[in-house]
Amino acid sequence: MSGRFQTIAMRIAQALPVVMGVVVVSFILTRALPGDPAVYFAGQSATDESIQQVREALGLDKSLPQQFFIYLGDLLRGDLGQSLSTGQPVISDLARRLPASLELTLTALVLACSVAIPLGVMAAKKPGSLQDHICRVFVTAGVSLPTFFTGILLVYIFYYLIGIAPSPLGRLDFLYIEPDHITGFYLIDSALVGDWETFFGALKQLVLPAITLALFTMAPIARMTRAAMLTALSSDFIRTAKAAGLTNSKVLYGYAFRNALLPVITTLGMVFSFMLGANVLVEKVFAWPGIGSYAVEALVSSDYAAVQGFVLTMAILFVLLNLIIDISYSLIDPRIGFEAQS
Amino acid sequence: MSDKVISSEPSFSSHLLYVMRENPVTAISFFMFAVLLFCAIFGPSIVPYDPLASNTSNALSPPSAAHWFGTDNLGRDVFSRVIVATRLDLSISIAAVALSFVIGSFLGACAGYWGGWLDAVLNRILDTIMAFPLFVLAMGIVAALGNTVENIIYATAVINIPFYARLVRAEVNIRRDAGFVQAAKLAGNSDARILAFHIFPNSLPPMMVQISLNLGWAILNAAGLSFIGLGVRPPTAEWGIMVAEGANFVISGEWWLALFPGLWLMFAVFTFNLMGDGLRDLVDPRKRT
Repeated sequence: MSGRFQTIAMRIAQALPVVMGVVVVSFILTRALPGDPAVYFAGQSATDESIQQVREALGLDKSLPQQFFIYLGDLLRGDLGQSLSTGQPVISDLARRLPASLELTLTALVLACSVAIPLGVMAAKKPGSLQDHICRVFVTAGVSLPTFFTGILLVYIFYYLIGIAPSPLGRLDFLYIEPDHITGFYLIDSALVGDWETFFGALKQLVLPAITLALFTMAPIARMTRAAMLTALSSDFIRTAKAAGLTNSKVLYGYAFRNALLPVITTLGMVFSFMLGANVLVEKVFAWPGIGSYAVEALVSSDYAAVQGFVLTMAILFVLLNLIIDISYSLIDPRIGFEAQS
Repeated sequence: MSDKVISSEPSFSSHLLYVMRENPVTAISFFMFAVLLFCAIFGPSIVPYDPLASNTSNALSPPSAAHWFGTDNLGRDVFSRVIVATRLDLSISIAAVALSFVIGSFLGACAGYWGGWLDAVLNRILDTIMAFPLFVLAMGIVAALGNTVENIIYATAVINIPFYARLVRAEVNIRRDAGFVQAAKLAGNSDARILAFHIFPNSLPPMMVQISLNLGWAILNAAGLSFIGLGVRPPTAEWGIMVAEGANFVISGEWWLALFPGLWLMFAVFTFNLMGDGLRDLVDPRKRT
């Protein structure tokens, strides 16, 4: 058991330099602003004197290493600067909007996995069969779809033509009252207090954006499931299991599938990278009040502190997700030890 | 199945024909690519209308014989705009992929061949780039460098470098001590020469697949960035912007504004995804007959 803790501690230690790198990159991005930030922050009617004041206030008159340590100190205190457009600290803006993004992303992920994994298994059962070809066409089409375009197409079909979807504006129609803030996830919050009307209202708003995001992420999951299943099915222990006279479903789901799941979990890291990016576009299409649309609004109004805060938050989130994936991987598979790799 | 260096080939065109006969999907994808190239090169001179000329008396008219893809809110011809945009979108993605191919190959080849601290440093840098969700990093770079088309190209190039560098590094690394490399060394070739002309060409087949898939991503990426208002500015015709502008009219039923640029964008990405395997057949030395 101690070996396992060691493995996990190792993995966490490995993540630290990456986090450091992320912070350095985000510092560089902050300093690479076009033009002089002091002039920018001082506003339209600035004099030389007020620009100098702003420069001192922002610490821009100090040397780069000094600025870096100030930046680091601010980060540790959770200070990402002020947003120009909302007038609030960036960190509180992000914290308020993060649950909306997470709710969308996680729903889409669950949806994508529940379709893509069976699809991949089905394709791997009979390589070269009709199911396999359907799977391949689906996968290639899936990666070619621009997320924002799929979203608009779905809105046109289900909102304008058929009229079963609500208008693509945010998380909840104005008819409903926002559920009390418990977790920030509308579905969970409304279910917790037993407000099913709001629950279904929120669910209706969530369906189209979640499908849009899921369509985009299904492709890599299905492709990986198929490949992993094929590898597992051709291995010796499956032949042994078959020779021992186990039923087909026992061999397929009890042995092959469980082994195939491991590489699929590893690809989830890559899938998350795509998802967090695509999230921005989907949020824009559906006016979803998450951190992606916040960043887009900030970009349009040149609100750089907000954009950099968003980039940093996403990167940290992504590093954490990868860490969780790797740790759960080592918990699921007893054969994995990180010392073997180094 | 030993590794060979690409040398005096029989004839490129006969090989191309052979590959296309072997696999009809490849032939189709090459044909689709030819269509895209044709639009990119001759598009501006063959389209029926000026892509920027507005005609408000004929705004928002649905597809018809005169306007195949209809007209937009300013009365501009959507068909002309979609075709003309091909050049811009293809240039952005090809420039970005070319940049990341050159930089990524160079870094990856050096790291794979010499190893040591060079390799360690490069790996840490690549890890850091990969630690960002890629589209988000591209957003951050464009926001920091300024909102121009060139910066979209640089941002797309940066986020793709790790894929090339990793691939080349692995391919070079496994051949570092191969027999043909030692033979070349004994024959008196310099390290740089061996790396460039003996080892590196062997990593081209998997790279070709990567390039093709990457071109698809790069187009999606660039269109996505301009969809959220970065890089290309209106009234320039570009697929992402056209979809973004059209999105406002989809809710009121004017579907053609967003549909056609979106479909054309999909067509381009689909072409590059299909072409991947075909390109591998074309450049793989072992497939030559």
